[in-house]
Amino acid sequence: MSTLDQPQTIAFPLPGGATQEKPGEVQDIVPAFEAQGVWRLAFNVFVQNRLAVVGVGIVVFMVLFCFVGPFFYHTNQTATNLANEFLAPSHAHPLGTDEDGFDIVGRLMIGGQTSLEIGIAAALIATVFGVFWGAVAGFFGGWIDNLLMRFVDIMLAIPALFLLLFLAVAFPRNVFTLILVVAVTAWLIPARLVRAEALTLRTREYVQAVTMMGGGGFRIVLRHIIPNSVGTIMVNATFQVADAILLVAAINYLGLGIAPPATNWGAMLSDGTTYIANGWWWLIYPAGLAIVLTVVAFNFIGDALRDALEVRLQKR
Amino acid sequence: MLGYIIRRVLQAILITIGVTLIVFILLHIIPGASVARNVLGPRANAAQIAQFNHENGLDQPLPLQYLTYLWQLMHGNFGFSYKLNQTVSSLLVQYLPKTLLLLGLSYIVAIVIAIPLGIYQAVRRNKPDDYIFTGASFVLYSMPVFWLGIILIVLFSFILHWFPAEGPQGAFVTDDLGQLSSLILPVATLSLVTIASFSRYMRSSTLENMVQDYTRTARAKGASNSRVLFVHVLRNAMIPILTLIGLSVGYVFSGALITEALFNYPGIGYIFWNATLSTDYPIILGVIVVTGFATVLGSLMADVMYAIADPRVRYRRA
Repeated sequence: MSTLDQPQTIAFPLPGGATQEKPGEVQDIVPAFEAQGVWRLAFNVFVQNRLAVVGVGIVVFMVLFCFVGPFFYHTNQTATNLANEFLAPSHAHPLGTDEDGFDIVGRLMIGGQTSLEIGIAAALIATVFGVFWGAVAGFFGGWIDNLLMRFVDIMLAIPALFLLLFLAVAFPRNVFTLILVVAVTAWLIPARLVRAEALTLRTREYVQAVTMMGGGGFRIVLRHIIPNSVGTIMVNATFQVADAILLVAAINYLGLGIAPPATNWGAMLSDGTTYIANGWWWLIYPAGLAIVLTVVAFNFIGDALRDALEVRLQKR
Repeated sequence: MLGYIIRRVLQAILITIGVTLIVFILLHIIPGASVARNVLGPRANAAQIAQFNHENGLDQPLPLQYLTYLWQLMHGNFGFSYKLNQTVSSLLVQYLPKTLLLLGLSYIVAIVIAIPLGIYQAVRRNKPDDYIFTGASFVLYSMPVFWLGIILIVLFSFILHWFPAEGPQGAFVTDDLGQLSSLILPVATLSLVTIASFSRYMRSSTLENMVQDYTRTARAKGASNSRVLFVHVLRNAMIPILTLIGLSVGYVFSGALITEALFNYPGIGYIFWNATLSTDYPIILGVIVVTGFATVLGSLMADVMYAIADPRVRYRRA
């Protein structure tokens, strides 16, 4: 009897005051109910945060603007037209044109595509790699942990932008390299965070149970350590996107990014800065605003996710 | 205490050696950029390259080359620039002080503004002015450094004509001190970003300490609000900021690179940037090593200061 009762008393505080209606059937229902309830609860907290909703709204708008926008707003973004250069905003060009006669609104769209693609892809790669690195280090401990984490310490000692610029110079310049280059400097933080999680998770009873049942180390890392640190991972991944977008903008601003006619928001600002003294504001403000809006939006989402998922952690 | 510091210093030395190892590996994974090809130019033939490699020890086994490299670094030899006909160490001696001047001024400005601001926000928490400052620091924090700098240039240089749009251009750091007005915008750019993150930490750290038991005790025994805040809370709330100053060195160096590039201010960030544009690897790697040293030193100082300020740390980490 007592073994039947235990899961109920442990699991029930979780779904946020859910009432126990059918005591007899609880054994089967509890796991599924619990899993849904945790995320439902986090979702509710997340949605109550107005800034988070604004953040999601901005991100959705930016994605639609950059990826769907070009289907409705047709501009020529490959052939330069010097007769059209530096046109002030007008009916034909709502935000004017740049030094090559490209329409700024259209340029923001294709520039945003690269910025968002690189930012999100780099954050994803960095997170996946860092999570594995940290989970392995934290779970196995001992000399493996020492070796893996000292490497992270060493990499963290090199200021990110300096390493990034070096890699950007040394390797061929394209979107793929930029993604990898940003990921190379970004995976260190998730590695540290997940290692800290793994250090506490590996002492939990369910991990010991798996070990006792003969589950191997990598099974534990993949099926137990990583899924249980998913809150930390998601929060950090959101901030990673924000940071990656800023880093990519910085690399391109410094002229070591993507070659024209491809562009991104950072490269647009880099071009615009040349004419900073001419008072052509449309070369400077739209691209900068696009970066700030997107980064603020991802930071809002990250903050809200942290609030939402920390509630879950506190209740546990 | 001494044991803790010694252990921490040894750790820092190991990490520093690790940084040089990474830099050495980086130098050797660059595709199609052998040293000989870079120095002798595209028309050098195989025999000349082989001779160059032999004379400079580049045909030695890699571990031996690394030890030679480390030996040279320890003697202050950072190599010779491919393009500038100057040793990297002479470049560092000339330009590093300029970056340190920029960093030092920015840190001072940032600390002087961020700490009172964070305390003020904590005291006025969840009131309109707190929201305004929190919002402002959020936006600043999310803003690319170069765009912030551009806005400052347009506003204060082109519209108001208060400050020059360019950093000081003197050859030596002593010349720059005579042109303080042109330092204002670069320092403002770099410190605004730092203020944004420091004040956020200061606010939350103050808030955290305001609900601690010792604060309640201080109030209960009749201490005035300002005494509780400035004597009890402030001293404890400052501890994380002490650490943050040390730990942010690498981050601020990255910011300095962009600021120097934007304001055309010839510090090591600026010469690093130019070296990347002209693929001058000895300069690139020399600067990476130096900034790596600085970062390691920063986190070492952070840990030591933390241990001095908070005795619990020594025992916990010992």
